[in-house]
Amino acid sequence: MISGNGKPFASPQDLLKRADAIRKVRESIKQEIRVCAGPGCIARGAKDVHKKIRSEIKSRAKELKDVGLKLDATLSEKCTGCHGMCEAGPVVTLEPEGTFYTGVKPKDVKKIIDKTLLNGQIVESLLYRLGHQRGGDKTERYADIPFYRLQVRVALRNVGVVDPTSFDDFLAEGGFSAFAKAITDMTPEAVIDEVEESGLRGRGGAGFSTGRKWRSALRVKKDRVWLICNGDEGDPGAFMDRAIMEGDPYSVLEGMMIGAYALGATDAWIYVRHEYPLAVEHLQMAIDKLHTVGLLGDNILGTGMSLNMRISRGGGAFVCGESSALMRSLEGKVGEPRAKYVRSVEKGLHDEPTVLNNVETYTCVPAIIDKGASWFASMGRDKSKGTKAFSLVGKVKNTGLIEVPMGRTLREIIYDIGGGIIDDRPFKAVQTGGPSGGCLPADKLNLPVDFDSLSQAGAMMGSGGMIVMDDHTCMVDVAKYFIHFLIGESCGKCVPCREGLRQVYDLLNKITLGDGEEGDLDKIEKLCHTMEVASLCALGKSAPYPVTSTIEYFREEYEEHINDKVCRAGVCPSLIMYEINDDCNGCEVCKKHCPTDAITGEKKKLHVIDPDACISCGICMSVCKFDTIDITSGGMIVSRDVVA
Amino acid sequence: MKQTGDGSREAGAKASKTKAKTSKAKTKTGGAKTKASPAKTAKPKKSNGAGKDAERAVIAATDAILAHYPLEEPSLIMVLQELNDQLNWLPPIALTRVADKLNLPFGKVQGVATFYRAFSLEPKGKKTVKVCTGTACHVRGAGMLVDELKRSLDVEPGHGMSEDGNYSLETVNCVGACAMAPVLMVGENYYANMSPGGIAKMLKKEKPA
Repeated sequence: MISGNGKPFASPQDLLKRADAIRKVRESIKQEIRVCAGPGCIARGAKDVHKKIRSEIKSRAKELKDVGLKLDATLSEKCTGCHGMCEAGPVVTLEPEGTFYTGVKPKDVKKIIDKTLLNGQIVESLLYRLGHQRGGDKTERYADIPFYRLQVRVALRNVGVVDPTSFDDFLAEGGFSAFAKAITDMTPEAVIDEVEESGLRGRGGAGFSTGRKWRSALRVKKDRVWLICNGDEGDPGAFMDRAIMEGDPYSVLEGMMIGAYALGATDAWIYVRHEYPLAVEHLQMAIDKLHTVGLLGDNILGTGMSLNMRISRGGGAFVCGESSALMRSLEGKVGEPRAKYVRSVEKGLHDEPTVLNNVETYTCVPAIIDKGASWFASMGRDKSKGTKAFSLVGKVKNTGLIEVPMGRTLREIIYDIGGGIIDDRPFKAVQTGGPSGGCLPADKLNLPVDFDSLSQAGAMMGSGGMIVMDDHTCMVDVAKYFIHFLIGESCGKCVPCREGLRQVYDLLNKITLGDGEEGDLDKIEKLCHTMEVASLCALGKSAPYPVTSTIEYFREEYEEHINDKVCRAGVCPSLIMYEINDDCNGCEVCKKHCPTDAITGEKKKLHVIDPDACISCGICMSVCKFDTIDITSGGMIVSRDVVA
Repeated sequence: MKQTGDGSREAGAKASKTKAKTSKAKTKTGGAKTKASPAKTAKPKKSNGAGKDAERAVIAATDAILAHYPLEEPSLIMVLQELNDQLNWLPPIALTRVADKLNLPFGKVQGVATFYRAFSLEPKGKKTVKVCTGTACHVRGAGMLVDELKRSLDVEPGHGMSEDGNYSLETVNCVGACAMAPVLMVGENYYANMSPGGIAKMLKKEKPA
């Protein structure tokens, strides 16, 4: 079912006709099986499940035919991108009913075919249970699960729906209709107007108006404009762009093509993070396909437009997510940012005008052109329009990928969609915006999530990582973690960032080691201020946020570390002790596992940990089956689970 | 839980069909892929006859990669990536060759090679244990996993290998499997919800033959 008769499309009408034809053929499909092949599900074995489904369908073709299901005619199966609910993986959905099976193993495939395909019944044991809890209500369809019901998917519209390797699949879902519309019915000016009116702001973090950026590039009269897609998603704990590039590569390309049309760009780069080989594979496959069907290259759809697209795999440097560093990296140089006296729309890649947008931003563009600026602007609030994808991770029940209209509150996202905190422990903080973002405490739970509200509260939107923390998370340790991360990723060009980070880290480390002194917090705050005002690029300027926001909201915890040498979360190794409580039945497992032989005791008798020999590795706690090991700090029991 | 799709070197390993690999690279990528690639083994940094052969093999591999790219500065990172994918590290002799061919000062090539995390300037163990230290894994205890691996393998993340040459240790920012946090990977195997107590068992299971 490849594009028509194998020839490139001659015109936009040709393309749309083809899309209609595919849709018509697909009307006969009565049942579709979608296996999630997002990173989370793959890690849990989704590929084996998919293989099993294929082989099982083939070997039982006759039985299936008897109930009117024939592969590729009335029955189809495919691997899709991330469904979002990574916690419940591997996920298999059945369309058109929307049946949602979770935790599917290869051995379950037979049941799905026996019961659901052949007899139209539900396999109860695979259904999602509310809150992932035993005894939780079972839900048959994903549309009824709060996690999905409360989401609005724009950037993720095709992720989990289409087979990312199938061009036809993308066409059938309305792909390239926006590009066809732009290129036939709209002038480049009109495209930019539409994007500007929609209120779309850069999804990579800074939130600059996309329409305005495009317009200012258009004003710079030059022979060549470079178009770049920033897929260097380096924030730890964020995988939205990855999900889009892996699960819906054609939408990214379509967005870029519309951008290229509006700007008259003929050369485009997609810079993909080094750690995302599957994204590179899928994007490359899509680019090759578009070349063969005449949607990339010269004289696209017979309109005279030309566009070349290339992929560059990043070098694994976080700072290259910064636009000017990314451009240096594309030039084959060390990825150091530059001061932006001259903006990159005037002098960017190879000192030529360059427009750089994030993956999610480009993905929103076709939807805006298709459905109109006012549709997009009707979602969201104030100056933050549309929707935003987040990766909701950490100590939250429904870990996964979500997309909500701007302006939803943190509480709605964490409790209604996320299902609350693991083990129903108390919520402590949520960290947004990646390593340069901030931590927000419980009293900010009602804060609407949009660009401006988050910045005002001392956090930021960033690319959309949202890490939930409970009372077993130490805020000093979190601040130290981010600063440590940034030390490794600072390019080292400017002094405030390079040296400031080190000094702040040393002070934080001193505090977590129990050597903190009065005055340390003042020193940290001063350093942070200097970095904020004097660093060259956004990495350094925003690097202090995790520290300043935790000091602002969790000062008490810092003071406890400094004055009382207590870590109330039971995290900082130097401030905690492992102790065995009276419930110990002397099973000797911890004694056997202890790497430093710090545990003594006879069989069936209470064991004891020698605090001098203990290195706080936590092994005893993770191997004890009877929960008899406590963590204490300053004489209080502050136990936490070694593994959440 | 053996699945493809992650691990930074797999894409490149797939792409390279006919090029030389050092013995290190050969054992690391493991399994079917190794069998598919003709084994021109090489051990650089030795002055005897075998060492010379090895050097020649590294240079041949470098030249083969350079042949796919325009010989200019913008190719540098991509060339180094492909080299690193193939050899599993960047031997000094390869860097010199790249500098010569691209007509760049050696310092510039070295600068780029040290700047980006994707490049290793020292040989790796047969297997690399990658601990995800993304924020989600961190708050669920990834730091304890790193400490335990450092202790039991006696290596630092990103540097050196265990005494028996079996393992190197790396920390990675996020493998996108936050639901399984804390997670670690060896080759293509994911270990979900790991605890320090599970490390010894994991190392035993993964021990190269």
